[in-house]
Amino acid sequence: MKPSRFQYVRPQSIPEAVMALQRHNSKVLAGGQSLTPLLSMRLASPDVLVDINGLTELSGIELRGSELWIGAIARHQEVLTHVLVQTHVPLIQQALAYVAHPVIRNRGTSVGSIAHADPAGELTAVAALLGARIHVSAQQGPREILAADFFVGPLESSLQHGELVTGVSFPVLDATWGSSCQEVARRHGDYALAGVCALVQVLDGQIMAARIAIFSVAGTPLVIDVIDVHEDHEKLNLKVQALIDPDTDIHATADYRRQLVKTLVVQALTEARVHAELRQS
Amino acid sequence: MTTKSFGEPILRKEDPRLVSGQGRYLDDLGHDALAAAFLRSPHASARILDIDVTDAIDVPGLIGIYTYEDLEGRVAEPLPLLIPHPALLNGRTGYPLANEYVRHVGEAIVMVIAEDRYVAEDVVDLIKVSYEILKPVVGIEDAKAAHNAVHSSVPNNVSAHSVKEVGDARAMIKSAPHKLSLDLFIERSACSPLEGKGVYAIWEEDSQELRLWSSTQTSTGVRAAVAAKLDLPLQKVECIAPDVGGGFGVKIMHPWPEEVLIPWAARKLKRPVKWSEDRREHFISSAHERAQEHHIEVGFDEEGRILGLDVTFFHDNGAYTPYGIIIPLITSTQLLGPYKPASYRVEFTSLFTNTVLVIPYRGAGRPQGVFAMERTVDAIAKYLKLDRTVVRERNFIQPHEMPYDLGLIFQDGRPLEYDSGDFPASMAMLKKMVGWDDFETMRSEYAAMGRKIGIGVACYVEGTGVGPYEGGFVQVETSGRINVATGLTSQGQGHQTVFAQIVADELGVPIEDVFVTTGDTRRFPYAVGTFASRAAVMSGNAIALAARQVRDKALRLAGEALECDPQDLEIVDGIIRVKGDHAKSIALKTVAVLSNPLRYAFDESAKAATQFAVGDTSKPPVPEDQEPGLEGKDYYSPMASTFANGMHAVIIEILPETAEVKILRYVVVHDCGRVINPMIVEGQIHGGVAQGVAGALYERMAYDESGQLQNASFMDFLMPYSTEIPTVEAGHLETPSPLNPLGIKGAGEAGVIPGSAVFASAIEDAEGFEIRRMPISPSELWELRRTMKENA
Repeated sequence: MKPSRFQYVRPQSIPEAVMALQRHNSKVLAGGQSLTPLLSMRLASPDVLVDINGLTELSGIELRGSELWIGAIARHQEVLTHVLVQTHVPLIQQALAYVAHPVIRNRGTSVGSIAHADPAGELTAVAALLGARIHVSAQQGPREILAADFFVGPLESSLQHGELVTGVSFPVLDATWGSSCQEVARRHGDYALAGVCALVQVLDGQIMAARIAIFSVAGTPLVIDVIDVHEDHEKLNLKVQALIDPDTDIHATADYRRQLVKTLVVQALTEARVHAELRQS
Repeated sequence: MTTKSFGEPILRKEDPRLVSGQGRYLDDLGHDALAAAFLRSPHASARILDIDVTDAIDVPGLIGIYTYEDLEGRVAEPLPLLIPHPALLNGRTGYPLANEYVRHVGEAIVMVIAEDRYVAEDVVDLIKVSYEILKPVVGIEDAKAAHNAVHSSVPNNVSAHSVKEVGDARAMIKSAPHKLSLDLFIERSACSPLEGKGVYAIWEEDSQELRLWSSTQTSTGVRAAVAAKLDLPLQKVECIAPDVGGGFGVKIMHPWPEEVLIPWAARKLKRPVKWSEDRREHFISSAHERAQEHHIEVGFDEEGRILGLDVTFFHDNGAYTPYGIIIPLITSTQLLGPYKPASYRVEFTSLFTNTVLVIPYRGAGRPQGVFAMERTVDAIAKYLKLDRTVVRERNFIQPHEMPYDLGLIFQDGRPLEYDSGDFPASMAMLKKMVGWDDFETMRSEYAAMGRKIGIGVACYVEGTGVGPYEGGFVQVETSGRINVATGLTSQGQGHQTVFAQIVADELGVPIEDVFVTTGDTRRFPYAVGTFASRAAVMSGNAIALAARQVRDKALRLAGEALECDPQDLEIVDGIIRVKGDHAKSIALKTVAVLSNPLRYAFDESAKAATQFAVGDTSKPPVPEDQEPGLEGKDYYSPMASTFANGMHAVIIEILPETAEVKILRYVVVHDCGRVINPMIVEGQIHGGVAQGVAGALYERMAYDESGQLQNASFMDFLMPYSTEIPTVEAGHLETPSPLNPLGIKGAGEAGVIPGSAVFASAIEDAEGFEIRRMPISPSELWELRRTMKENA
C-alpha cells in the first residue's frame, strides 16, 4: 500500500497551480482524505501531484453579496463551526455533522469533497440542492459551473484537465427557508446507505417551496421538486421511488435502500419545516 | 506501610509511554533495512503456469526476486502443522511461497526485496504470473457438496471429524417429553489488530547469529520455528516482540510464511530486511475465524430441564490447518457453558475451503458454541412459555457441585472439570443490575410511545489459563530497581502493570521500582505465549513464585546481616526491618549488594553494605548451595485449566422503519476469580464487548462465489467505531480459583464470547420471530421482517 512514483509540486499562486496542472496526468491535493487512500491502493497513479495547501487565498469563508463563498482549502471542521455558515447556509453544517470524524474533518476540505463528486458525499447533495456555483481557474481564465452541470456521474465531474476548483458559492438562505439533512449509515461518519437533504420555504405558516436532494442511490445526487406532493406522503414516495435507482451491495439490498429513502424523505421534509419555523421565531 | 496494590485500580504503567508516541512498534524499527513486498494470488484456486519477471528486473533499487524455486533446505518444505490431533485426519499446510498451486486469494507467490517498500511494490506490479484458474470452494455448503476439491488428496474437503458422547443423548431425546431442532449459523470475522503482522531480521555474519523482531504473541515460538527452518542452533537465534499493536489470536500462529522468509533473506543477503504487513494483506493473507453451521436436536422435560442435547456442526477451516482444529474442539467442549444436560453428543466436521486460513480469534470457538447453546435454551423457554432466565437456572450446575466434571476432554488434553463458579448468584446479580423482572413494564412504556425494545441474556463458561507452563524471573538490582521478566508477550493487556502489582506486594516494594519485560527471548527463553486468557494466570503465578524466592533469600541474608531470625523480619517500602523494632533495618538494595560478594564498591549501596558482615567465614563467599545475586526464577504449571464465567444482558431498541438496532443498556456480570487490577479487567471486558457487538451487528467477511473478499478494507469491513459501542455496566463476582496460588482466572476473552448470543436473544425478543443466523445487519433484519410478514 505505497503510492507509485509521482512528482510533488507545491505552487505559491493560483496561476502557478494552473500551470502545474497542465502537465500530463496531474491531480490536485487539498485535504487528501479521499486521494491519499486511492494513491496508497494504487487506484490512482498521477504523475504530478499539485499540492494547493500553500494557496492561502483559498482558505477563506466569506459572504460575497448574496452568496457564501467557501475557499478550496477551508477544512470541514472550520466550515462546521463557522458562524457565517451557521447563519446563512445552515444546511452545510447539518450535512457536515454526518461527515466522518474529527481527525478526517480537520484535514479534509468541503470544496474538495464537492470536486471529488462522490455520489455518496453529503456536500455533493448540498451543492446540488442549493444550486451552488463551482469556481474554476483555468489557463483560459476563470469560469463558473453550476452544480447541476458539474456532477456528471459517480466520481465524475465536468471539470476539464488542467482546471482548478478554487471555491464554491452557495446562495444565502433567508429565514423563510428551512433545511435538513437525514441519512442512514452503517457506522457513524460512514458514507450513507441512503441520504436526503431537504429545503423548504415557509411563508405565513404555508410551505411555498419544497425541494429534496437524494444521495447514495444514484450516480449523482438527485434533486427533486416536491412542492406538488409534499403533503401526501404516498404520492411523495411514488414520485421519489420512480426516480431513484439504488443498487444491492454487501451492506444493503436495493429494496432496503428504497425503504430508507421513503423514511428519510418524510423525516427531512418534516425537520426542514421545523427548522424554518425555528429560524423565523 | 506499603500500600497493597493487588486488587487496586492502579493506572497502567505503560500508558504514559504508549499514549505520548514513545511506543516502538515493529514498523518503528529498522528504518534502513531492506523492504519486502509480496506478489499474492488474485485467484482462490489456481495452478501457477509461469512467472515472468522480464519487465521487473531492471527497476532501480531492486535487490532480489524469489519464488518457490529459489527456496532452500527446510525453507522449501511445507510449514509445520503446529497442533496435530487424532481427529485431524487430513491436516494440510502451505509453503512459505506457493509451490505450483494457490488455494486462496492472498497466498504469497513471489517475494521481492528492494531498497524500500515503494520500489518493492513497483516491482511486484511488473511481475506477470500466468495461471490455470480452477473452480474454488467457497463457504460451508460448497465444501460439503464437494463438487470441487481444495486439496486433490483430501476426499470431500474434510480435514477432521470427531464424535464425543456423554451418556446416550439420542436415546434420551427420543424418549423426552418435548423435542426441538434448530439450525444455527455464524459467519466469518477476524481479529483485525490495528497493527498488522511484521518481521524485522538482522543477520550478524561475524558471529553467525540471527536477531529478529516479530509482531507476535509468542516470541519463543517464533524463535524455535525459525531456528528449525533455517537450520540454526537455537543459541544463535534471538526473537523479540517489540510493542505490539494488538493480537487477538492472529499473532499466536507461527511461523507465518513471512517469519521464515524475512530471516532467510536477511541471512542470504547479509543485510537487515523488514516486512510490515499492510491492511489489505492482513485481510486476505493472515487469518479469519468463526464460520460454523450447527444443527441441534434437544429433548427436555416440562420444567425445561435438558435431558439430551445432540449437536452436529460444520467448521470452515479455510485453505490450510497449521493451527490444527483447536476451534471446533473448543466449541464442542465449551458449548455446554454453565449447564448440565443429562446427556450430550457432539459431532463435528472440519472442512477445507479456498479462503484465508482460520486460527483462533479472541473467544476461539466459544462465541459459536455459546450462540448454539443459548439459542437452544431460548427456544426451550419460548416453547414452554417460561421465562428465559428460569430455564437457565433450572439447568445450571450448582455451586455445591464444584468441582464439576463434564466427562469431556478439554483442548489441553486434560479432563474438562470446572473448578469454581456460582452461576445462580451470577444470574441473580445480572437480573438485578439489568432490571430483568421489571422489563415488561419498560416494554409497555416504550410501546406506548410507538417504540419497540427487546432484552436478551446469554451465559458462558470459559476455560482459561491453559498450560503447559510459564516462567517468571525477578531480580533486585543494587540500585533498588526490580527487574521482572516473563517469556510470554504483551499486546496491550497491561502486563507491565499487573505483574508489577504482584511483585510489589510479594516483595514489599513500591510499584514504581518494578520494571517488567515480556516477550524477549534474551531475557527469558522459556515460554509458551499470550493466548487463551492465560497470561495473568500463568505468568502472574510464576512471577509470584519467583518473587517469593527473592523474598526468602532477602530475608535470610538480612537475618544474617542484622543477626536475627528471618522469621522476625518484614519488608516495607523496600526496607527490611525487624517487626516491632523498625530502627533495626537494612534496605533491600543493600541486601542485593551483600548477595553478590564482589570486591569493588561501585556505588553508594555497595559502600553502605560494607558495614554489614554476612556469611559464615568457614564457608566460601558464595556457599555451595547458593548463587550470587538477589534474584529468583520459578515456573507455574497447572494440573488443569481454570474456568472463568460470565453472563451478559442487553436491552436494545429497533427502529420500526429502518430496522436499525440501538443499544440502550449492556450489562455484564463477570467472575474471573481474584482480580489483580479491576480497571484493567474492566478494560478487557469493554474491549471484548466491543468485539462482541462487532461480531453480532457489523463485521463479516464478504466472499463472493469466486473467493474474492469484497470488503478487504476498513471502509467496507465494518469494525465499529467508539460511536457504535455502548457504555458497559460491569459487575464482578469473585469466586477464587482453588487451582493456583493467586486464586485468579483469565479475563482476556470474556467480553466477546456471548456477543452474538445475547443480541440474537434481544432481537428475537423485540421482533417476535426466530433469529438463527448472525451477524445481522439492518438490511437483513428488515428483509427478514418482510419474509416473516409474507409467510404469516
